[in-house]
Amino acid sequence: MAAPLKISGFCCRNEKPLANFIYRFLSTNSATKNETRPKNESRETHFGFETVAEDEKEERVYEVFKNVAGKYDLMNDAMSFGIHRLWKDHFIHRMAPVEGTKLLDVAGGTGDIAFRFLQYIQSQNDDPIMVEESFSIPTNIEAGAYSIPSDYAEEEKIDLSGYKEDTSHVTVCDINQEMLNVGKSRAEEAGIFTGIDWVQGNAECLPFEDNSFDAYTIAYGIRNCTHVDKVLTEAFRVLKPGGRFMCLEFSQVNNLGLRRLYDSYSFEVIPVMGQVLARDWKSYQYLVESIRQFPNQKKFAAMIRQAGFGMVTYENLTFGVSAIHSGYKLLKVVK
Amino acid sequence: MSRNPMRKCLTFAKYCFLRQNRASQITRTLTTFSPNDGEDDRMYVDGNGQLRERKLGYDELYPGHIPTSTLQKVLLSIGSAGMSLLDPSRDDMIATLGETTGTWALRSIKEKMEADPTGQRILTEQPVINTNTVSIDYLGSLPEGTFGKKYWHFLSKNGFSPDARLPIHFVDDPELKYVMLRYRQVHDLFHSVLGMPPHMLGEVAVKWVEALQTGLPMCALGALFGPLRLGPKHTKKYLETYLPWAIRNGQNAKFLMAVYWEEHWEDDLETLRQELNIEPPPIIASKS
Repeated sequence: MAAPLKISGFCCRNEKPLANFIYRFLSTNSATKNETRPKNESRETHFGFETVAEDEKEERVYEVFKNVAGKYDLMNDAMSFGIHRLWKDHFIHRMAPVEGTKLLDVAGGTGDIAFRFLQYIQSQNDDPIMVEESFSIPTNIEAGAYSIPSDYAEEEKIDLSGYKEDTSHVTVCDINQEMLNVGKSRAEEAGIFTGIDWVQGNAECLPFEDNSFDAYTIAYGIRNCTHVDKVLTEAFRVLKPGGRFMCLEFSQVNNLGLRRLYDSYSFEVIPVMGQVLARDWKSYQYLVESIRQFPNQKKFAAMIRQAGFGMVTYENLTFGVSAIHSGYKLLKVVK
Repeated sequence: MSRNPMRKCLTFAKYCFLRQNRASQITRTLTTFSPNDGEDDRMYVDGNGQLRERKLGYDELYPGHIPTSTLQKVLLSIGSAGMSLLDPSRDDMIATLGETTGTWALRSIKEKMEADPTGQRILTEQPVINTNTVSIDYLGSLPEGTFGKKYWHFLSKNGFSPDARLPIHFVDDPELKYVMLRYRQVHDLFHSVLGMPPHMLGEVAVKWVEALQTGLPMCALGALFGPLRLGPKHTKKYLETYLPWAIRNGQNAKFLMAVYWEEHWEDDLETLRQELNIEPPPIIASKS
């Protein structure tokens, strides 16, 4: 497998490097939880409808996804009656990626967005009629805005098999190794071996260089993060100028009648499905509660603007059950 | 909402629960009680400024309790019934089915137990059968022909452990929860006293007895639908011998839930059966 981009030092000015976090997580599986945890600020946040310390939230979310990883795709299909596939298809359609795009898919776990991205690019290549004559997309350029030819490269690039400057590539980053494992096995089954990377990392502290991706997506992951603003700042950092941030997330249903229906369905039916299909009530209770805790479309758009993105828009899917937020890292940042 | 009448009892039950489990509670980091523990005020404002009512939390009535509405219980019953037929390895689905459908039956069992002095003792003392309260070696050391030894044979031959019973989640009354727990625990003892092995035929026979004795819908469903999975040889045995035998036992035996089984380990098995009006098993199946 190709290795990720070279890391030029610690990415964020955080006191918690990733390895420390993982070690701490592994060592807090017993009753000695309290002693081994360093005394950080005891700020509190929400975990579904519970209130927990911020340190705890990450671990509990990790546990949730570790437990659901095996049946994640089945449950997605059951809970949304397969509609989540349409949402994700529409999401990639809105992104309309071109050949040569470097995508970072954060919280991409089982790879739904990554596979669709690769499929979209491939279908574009297979179907040249789709591309208008007057607007030809360069697919193999020697020099230009997208790539620096190797003769002119200043530092020696790490030789990465399958990683070329001019081909599309998606890096799937997820904090949870179980989810990544499921994604990897799905890729193997589908026969996808190149153009995709699986990296374990924290969205609040990404192990990537600044200005290194053309597009950043996070689908149904951002509401699980403890500090959404940090995730947005990191997204801004790793995107190239001109890069696009896209977020697909559950959001608020504005129609009141439908909202009641949706709430009843969420709280009554979904945990029951979780218990019957996946033997896990509490993870799915957390899921529906975390949706209610996440800011609505307008508030989230404001947060994205605050992180520095411009041209921030959102689009409701299925009356607001899901929403696509999009923003660009403008070349000239005007605050 | 319909939860209003429950609030007062909730507070009292919560208070008792808190008193009992203070030590373990303090060390529990993942608390489900809100920091400002206003017992009557369950309203709070969520991330979008919407006023919401905090539902009954996990573990509030007893550890492992998951609060469910009526609709959820209906959905769970249907889902678990379907799932247990589709995937028989999902033992938790049968357990769930029992919990969600058993409220009336559990109440009637409890009433019957309260009418019986031994039953009343069981309800007060709330004994549990696990490896802490019952030593497997002690059971193995008993002479052949005793009830305890029979139970030991049942456990060791089939590789069971009295610890392996699933916790209870969906029963909303802590007292009925004990009755359900007791039922689950003495299920294996029923196997022993009836002399039924844990294969499909034996399970169905035990379910018949339990259905007639306890009235639990889950037992009735198991008794009616279980035989559909029997092979032809067993079906013949079932219809000719086991079914009438099980029905006779279910109807004639004393109320088995009110028996303090832990006091009978050393009793001779046949004597015990006679006391309880249980017919010995048909000779074909005296294997375990």
